[in-house]
Amino acid sequence: MYKNFLKIITFLSILVSPFLYTSAYAKTKVGFVYLTTPGDHGWTYAHELGKQMVKKEFGNDVEISIVENVPEGPDATRVIRELAKQGNQIIFTTSFGYMEPTLKVAKEFPNVKFEHMTGYKRTKNVATGNIRFYEGRYVQGVVAGLMTKTNKIGYIGAYPISEVIMGINAFAQGLRSVNKKATISVIWANTWYDPVKEADAAKVHIAEGADILAQHTDSPAMLQIAEKNGALGFGQSTDMGAFAPKAQLFASVNNWGPYYIKKIKQLKDGKWNTGDGPDHWAGNTWGGLSTNMLTLSSFSNMPSDVAKKAQEAHDGIKSGKLKIFAGPLKTNDGKEIIGAGKTLDDGALWGMNYYLEGVTGKVPK
Amino acid sequence: MENLLITILLTSIPILLAGLGELVTEKSGVLNLGVEGMMLCGAVAALGSVLIFGNPYIGILFGAVAGILISTVFSFFTITLMTNQVATGLGLTIFATALTGLIGEPFVGKTAASLPKLEIIFLSDIPYLGKILFSNDILVYFAIFLIFFIHFGFQNTKIGIIIRAVGDNHDSAHSIGYSVKLVRWMSTSFGGMCAGMGGAYIPLALTPHWSEGMTAGKGWIALALVVFASWMPIRLLIGALIFGGITILQFVAQARGWDVPSQFLNMLPYLATILALALISFKLRHNNYAPACLGKHFLGNK
Repeated sequence: MYKNFLKIITFLSILVSPFLYTSAYAKTKVGFVYLTTPGDHGWTYAHELGKQMVKKEFGNDVEISIVENVPEGPDATRVIRELAKQGNQIIFTTSFGYMEPTLKVAKEFPNVKFEHMTGYKRTKNVATGNIRFYEGRYVQGVVAGLMTKTNKIGYIGAYPISEVIMGINAFAQGLRSVNKKATISVIWANTWYDPVKEADAAKVHIAEGADILAQHTDSPAMLQIAEKNGALGFGQSTDMGAFAPKAQLFASVNNWGPYYIKKIKQLKDGKWNTGDGPDHWAGNTWGGLSTNMLTLSSFSNMPSDVAKKAQEAHDGIKSGKLKIFAGPLKTNDGKEIIGAGKTLDDGALWGMNYYLEGVTGKVPK
Repeated sequence: MENLLITILLTSIPILLAGLGELVTEKSGVLNLGVEGMMLCGAVAALGSVLIFGNPYIGILFGAVAGILISTVFSFFTITLMTNQVATGLGLTIFATALTGLIGEPFVGKTAASLPKLEIIFLSDIPYLGKILFSNDILVYFAIFLIFFIHFGFQNTKIGIIIRAVGDNHDSAHSIGYSVKLVRWMSTSFGGMCAGMGGAYIPLALTPHWSEGMTAGKGWIALALVVFASWMPIRLLIGALIFGGITILQFVAQARGWDVPSQFLNMLPYLATILALALISFKLRHNNYAPACLGKHFLGNK
């Protein structure tokens, strides 16, 4: 009896296996590498929302594998290689620090497509996608300039890299478009995600007199501290209003879903490419408000005239009428960057290693 | 300025509490390097219980109990089975880091209620000092009470003297009839309780969050502090404030635009720890502050 049972099982599985194979073959296997868990309610959560849109769009036509909490560095190389080995056809690596690991593994698996988010190095099978986060920060600057009473803005940065610095400078441009007296002071946390450190930095900013806080780190800790101390601030990556209903003015929301869907569709149709456009720095995709890769959550905790100004800035950037980095531009120690009538191009943004007027202190070397 | 001083005081509370607990543990002759791990257990238990019961005071209780529970694992191995204390302590921290990551998974991204501030009548009205010292949450008062409690306990109570005897010469303590193992179990549990409360303070008062490994080295700083304070509770307070001050100073320096690299400032608390340890170990050859039986096994039937 037992022997027969085994035989039947074996027979059945041989019979069924070709079907299993074909149905698996039609599926596109997609891998995601996350820096933290979606529970950070910031950066990684935004990617998680994008992944959910992929799932909704393709349903059973995709098979998604996710690895969470992958530290940038050698561990990332191992994880990405493992995903490639498991037969994932396209792998999204969702943090800047995965750049070298992604390139390294991409060399070993020339038939797998890699999508590195927020990086700038591309090869035959590595594409990059990024969001113009700085556009949202300009609007934040406008709101901060109108809402501040102490004229002191506290900004928490992760690392002094051009991505973060262009955000600070865009914020300063927005701030100075409405309020020439206000200044931004920057604290570097030297981490993307460490709620305790982010909270400490926020407390120090408030103790030093800042009444509006902005962040380029990932957790809602800063907003929670603002909420406790009666200050105001901006959410990062996703709507963080639930954490700080009285403190969040609005959040810049990263919308990765449409990009993921576009790239997976390209792969399914055999048209995936890295799209090396003429502009090297911009990469094949660097979308902002105009392409809905960046959106703003609803304006709250501000009077309607401020919300109106914010909406105007948003609309101006979206339509392309408002140029954020239009000359004349001066660094905060008085050096001229460009004269009137000119605008910084994307390459210049990625080369930013200086603060514009309105920011105090120096960029750490 | 006032706000900065309050921030410094609050930042130093976790290392102060954990340090006080470890001080008592070490006085009994046990070196528990698992402080970091015990703090993590306290933090995750506190946050989880607050999310479930909604009351931050319950969080303190759960943090303390979690610290005691995890320290009994250490006691069982080192005191009963007589394993190497250093290796077991390190193992405890590594184990607890992973364990709390697992337990804390569902709490990531949730917000817990914070400990309310309790203003002491009259005293909190004193200009400057009142706001800094007398309008804090209960664990701040408890930590300050604990300093004096432990100080006088070791000087003036029988239990304190028994603990010191066990830590300084366990054979003599044993020969006059004290249970060395029991005293060490209790002292280690006390250390666990304090570390658990110190860890609990982080999500309950500093940032209402759980994130993996959120103690971020505070346990190691607490360990160094005990040596830095040469096993004296009042010196421990001074040390904790210095460490808290340096932690906050790195942000103040940046906010005020002082021309110092932020990476250097980030390094300062740890640099200070190493310096303290180096200085003290140099000094140790000339004094007898350290409990003489620190880290030594008691074989019992000798």
